[in-house]
Amino acid sequence: MTETLNVFAVRTLTQKEYFAPGHRSCQGCGEALAVRLVLKALGRNVIIANATGCMEIVSSPLPFTSWRVPWIHVAFENTAAVASGIEAALKVLMRKGRIPKKKIVTLAMAGDGGTADIGIQALSGALERGHDFIYVCTDNEAYMNTGIQRSSSTPFGASTTTSPAGRMKMGQITWKKNMAAIAAAHNIPYVATACPSYPIDLVQKVRKAAEIPGPAYIHILSVCPTGWRSAPELSIKLGRLAVETGIFPLYEVEYGRYHLSIDFPKLKPVKEYIKLQGRFRHLTDEMIEEIQDRTQREYEILRERMKRGF
Amino acid sequence: MGKRVGMEVSIAAAEAVKQCNVDVISAYPITPQTHIVEKLSELVANGELDAEFFCVESEHSALSVCVGAAAAGARAFTCTSSQGLALMSEITFIASGLRLPMLMILANRTLSAPLSIWNDHSDAMMIRDCGWIQFFVENGQEVYDHVFISYRLGEDPSVLFPVIINMDGFILSHVIEPIELIEQEKIDQFLPPYQPLYRLHPDRPITMGAYALPSIFMETKKAQEVALRSSIPKILETWKAFGEMTGRYYSPVETYKAEDAETLLVTMGSFGETASVAVDRMRKEGRAVGLVKIRLWRPFPFEAFKRATLHAKQLVVIDRAISVGACGPVASEIKAALYGEPVRPSIYNFVAGISGRDVAPSDFIKMVDKAEVEIEEGNREGFELYGVRE
Repeated sequence: MTETLNVFAVRTLTQKEYFAPGHRSCQGCGEALAVRLVLKALGRNVIIANATGCMEIVSSPLPFTSWRVPWIHVAFENTAAVASGIEAALKVLMRKGRIPKKKIVTLAMAGDGGTADIGIQALSGALERGHDFIYVCTDNEAYMNTGIQRSSSTPFGASTTTSPAGRMKMGQITWKKNMAAIAAAHNIPYVATACPSYPIDLVQKVRKAAEIPGPAYIHILSVCPTGWRSAPELSIKLGRLAVETGIFPLYEVEYGRYHLSIDFPKLKPVKEYIKLQGRFRHLTDEMIEEIQDRTQREYEILRERMKRGF
Repeated sequence: MGKRVGMEVSIAAAEAVKQCNVDVISAYPITPQTHIVEKLSELVANGELDAEFFCVESEHSALSVCVGAAAAGARAFTCTSSQGLALMSEITFIASGLRLPMLMILANRTLSAPLSIWNDHSDAMMIRDCGWIQFFVENGQEVYDHVFISYRLGEDPSVLFPVIINMDGFILSHVIEPIELIEQEKIDQFLPPYQPLYRLHPDRPITMGAYALPSIFMETKKAQEVALRSSIPKILETWKAFGEMTGRYYSPVETYKAEDAETLLVTMGSFGETASVAVDRMRKEGRAVGLVKIRLWRPFPFEAFKRATLHAKQLVVIDRAISVGACGPVASEIKAALYGEPVRPSIYNFVAGISGRDVAPSDFIKMVDKAEVEIEEGNREGFELYGVRE
């Protein structure tokens, strides 16, 4: 394991909190942890555009706010467009001398619904236009804020309130949309996947995204004990297992070149990840086998891409 | 006196936006708005306007970009029509709720279905309640002038609202009119650079767009409602300042030969000029007919409207949109406005010229004829679609 994936190095991070404690997220919320780390990585010179969703709701009940950095929420599907406007304004106002010139990072944040479903058009537009901003998708694999409804980012087999496991259907019947690949297909300078279970890796990717001019997309797997029906104290472990089983590989695509952040010669069986979550409770051995095969296959493709470099 | 130039109204609008030195422009092409964005693209490409210009992937994003830009302290501009407005309608409510000044020129066009690119006010009426300051202008000069007026007004710290200028698609947007241009030095004095009270910036972090529980939502909505209503004196003041600069004075409700009129035509937008020709003809025949034009649609100028109309025996309200299943939206507004008056005129409502159907001076005369007969016969609250072939 490389140094950046060492969990103890987390003590080298700033002690300053830009996402204040006292917000209303659930116990064991992987998304809150991810956001906390993203902000620690970026420091105070940031402006956030946040989509409607869990993170917006837990952090901003009028007249309170958890944000110690400038933050705006406008709607569900337009975060990338709002961020485009902020980035454009900073650029033009600095050029015209109306605000002092300095580096301010524009950060767009949305969940998987706000990214892979309703927000994908605005995101694609913003990536294509080439705004200098970071888009972070905190993916908890369903519409958790409205009560665990399926999204296009919900994994195959997961039971949600709108893809329930029943006699005829065994939960979600479609496979998870590959948002990182879709972002990479826009030929943007930087795409990465991350998980707060690997905090230093996450922080370094966010910093790299901030340094590289142009659009950057970071897809963060955010364990959701409420929606995944898992024990809150297992959130970090589940994030690690998602990576170790190959379900959610950590990688970067820098100017089109693929790089696996951590490569396992042998992946752990997906069953170890699946058995800890109530949303997969109904899965038969055959279905788990199907997930295992597909996971292995996709991991191999990624590995080949890394070897090829593109 | 500024230079008087013959130019297409859309081009004049774009010139005005340039003279306002806007910072961020974001739009998506839709007929009949296109000439404005084309001209602005050209101005930016030639370096005549230093702005960030984005042709975004949808109108929803067009307005969202403006919201982000305005929140960060930039002067933002967008323009659209019809379906484009329908797509951005979600964000219109949010822009005003966040109290972010910006300008939208709406080249009014019919909402589908059936699909039609031609003019009426159905798009504007769809977002009637979105909380923006909304003008309906009558000619190209008014479009040009109201660009400056709108920015100065919306950005005033006591106002802080986005503004819509409604101009009739094609009928105004695509015609060439004489426009009196204003010298840049005058504009710079009239409209200094935007100084936001609050902006997204790390030096003074603020949270915008928090959510509200029922225990606090009504208070925020009331604050917005009071603020929009209270903007009327500021609107009058801005028009006065503009008048002193140019000699062109505007008012929320404009009248034409209305003082001694028994019958008053009531219009909004470009209908006004055609109707005034009809009024002249009827006056020549000795008929006591006048005209009232509503320029300020939101906040609705109740007092000014009453002052202009209460002496009349009857109002003939010409709507350019229909609230299907009810009547014309302007008529229903007016009926509500006058209901509390002990003595009030009869109100006859025509919906005319929807989807760009031509309405000539002779049509206004026919409508007045019809309304006067109907009211005489006791039909005091009539409503009909004028000119439908049956």
